[in-house]
Amino acid sequence: MNIVVLVKQVPDTWSERKLRASDNTLDRDAADAVINELDEYAIEEGLRLQEAHGGEVTIVSMGPEKATDAIRKALSMGADKAVHVTDEALRGSDGLVTSDVLARVLGRTGFDVVILGSESTDARMGTLAAMLAERLGVPQMSFASKVETDGSKISIHRQADYGYDTLEATLPAVVSVVEKINEPRYPSFKGIMAAKKKPVETLSLTDLGLDAGEAGLTASATEVVSFANRPPRAAGTIVTDEGDGGVKAAEFLAARKFI
Amino acid sequence: MAEILVLAEHDGETVKKVTTELLTLARAHGEPAVVWTGDGADGARARLAEFGAAKVYVADSADYADYVVAPKAELLAHLVAEKAPAAVLVAATSEGREVAGRLAVKTGSGVLTDVTGLTAAGDTDGPVGEQSIFGGAITVQSRVRTGTPIVAVRPNAVTPEAAPGTAEIEPVSFTVSDDAKTARVTGRVVAERGARPELTEASIVVSGGRGLGSGEHFALIEQLADSLGAAVGASRAATDAGWYPHQFQVGQTGKTVSPQLYVAIGISGAIQHRAGMQTSKTIMVVNKDPEAPIFELADFGVVGDLFKVVPQLVEEIGKRAAG
Repeated sequence: MNIVVLVKQVPDTWSERKLRASDNTLDRDAADAVINELDEYAIEEGLRLQEAHGGEVTIVSMGPEKATDAIRKALSMGADKAVHVTDEALRGSDGLVTSDVLARVLGRTGFDVVILGSESTDARMGTLAAMLAERLGVPQMSFASKVETDGSKISIHRQADYGYDTLEATLPAVVSVVEKINEPRYPSFKGIMAAKKKPVETLSLTDLGLDAGEAGLTASATEVVSFANRPPRAAGTIVTDEGDGGVKAAEFLAARKFI
Repeated sequence: MAEILVLAEHDGETVKKVTTELLTLARAHGEPAVVWTGDGADGARARLAEFGAAKVYVADSADYADYVVAPKAELLAHLVAEKAPAAVLVAATSEGREVAGRLAVKTGSGVLTDVTGLTAAGDTDGPVGEQSIFGGAITVQSRVRTGTPIVAVRPNAVTPEAAPGTAEIEPVSFTVSDDAKTARVTGRVVAERGARPELTEASIVVSGGRGLGSGEHFALIEQLADSLGAAVGASRAATDAGWYPHQFQVGQTGKTVSPQLYVAIGISGAIQHRAGMQTSKTIMVVNKDPEAPIFELADFGVVGDLFKVVPQLVEEIGKRAAG
């Protein structure tokens, strides 16, 4: 089975994330860069499919040069090889451009199943799986909390506010996963050493048949006009419970007309 | 005045609150036209009219419920081509965002997700959407510069206001293509949440975290939620421990909520959780650790044992309701 897992490097949620004043895009130098958390669940699911059905797991990532750290992590978990799309002209690409670039890469790698995290922790759009399925003309099996396949048919539990839907489709397909789906493995020492020797193909925009003007901020259909740091919340009233904490809380709720 | 298409979220009978929010927002930018998929439009018409819908385009086919996302996107693309609307509004639910994504690809249009407000740019530019990013730390103003603006609006971000409309029903003759019917819905499993409102739609959310100590103790959270007519949420620590189902998780890897009132019980307030609730209008906290970062967000906080404070609060709410 030809399994492709999409991986994105994102600014660490635990560090201070900023936008650049010059062009309103993400300041990648301001925060530590880590692999998008939900992508680890996607890698794990890819590895499990490989264990059950054989074949190869290919990591695909679009991002700056230092995204190789995220790629190496994915390889150290057990993926076989990687494709890294990197080009200065990609900076500031919106979802529409990103999905175009990735769809072109997937056209080169081929796939039986493409797996990705249901959203990234930086942009949080949650649209990439749908956009890719649309561009590639394959079934969209997104927000999966469970995946089952016999190698030709695929069924998932699609998580929803009310519980979940069960979906069925025929491979090839695009699958996005939520964190409930599995428990990602930690890279072993052996895995980390092996990852250093695994092949990583680097692609530029030209390699994908795109000009610099067809990607990045200039080609994006959306733009950030301005941004501002959110003003801190006004300090609230904090009381220590002396046997009447619940009563005081009720008084607060009554004063604000919630009860 | 140009039309604004509003994709209705409904359960086949009742229109969801978020759709009334979208209609309220749409009225400021054009003439709201609801797009209704499946049946139930006649029954919901009065409510759509109450919030200013001028038209209701009804595509009555089972395909929209039987296959995920793609049929709705195809229908909207058809209507965008036929009606040339000024914008398309959808709810920023998982499904709404995915419909928006597919529609963006089909029409070559820009999409803004999780928008909390929409202002007119004043000239030929499209409307400017406000978004709250990085867990609410930064507010950005974004706009669509290519195609028909597609805007996914965060539930609860807009206060619905009634304004009468005619809500004329107009059937749409459109056949969903086979290409859009590849991911088939074979069943639906609805988790038990009693009569509680949906998490992302609720005006009040009561969430429990690590401080609860066990799944059984979530009964306390449910009691408080029921006394307030609230939805129940949970921190990641609680869902990871299996104390409460994963779909109720509030936070960066779960749901983002912005209710009128958010009550955090036994939740320390790690950035991962704050990212999902920081834009709530009013925040109340009960936690035994006075140093817990969640208190930084609290409009009102009680430092104390939740197993004493919460039952007393539930009792007090009961008394006031009875009195």
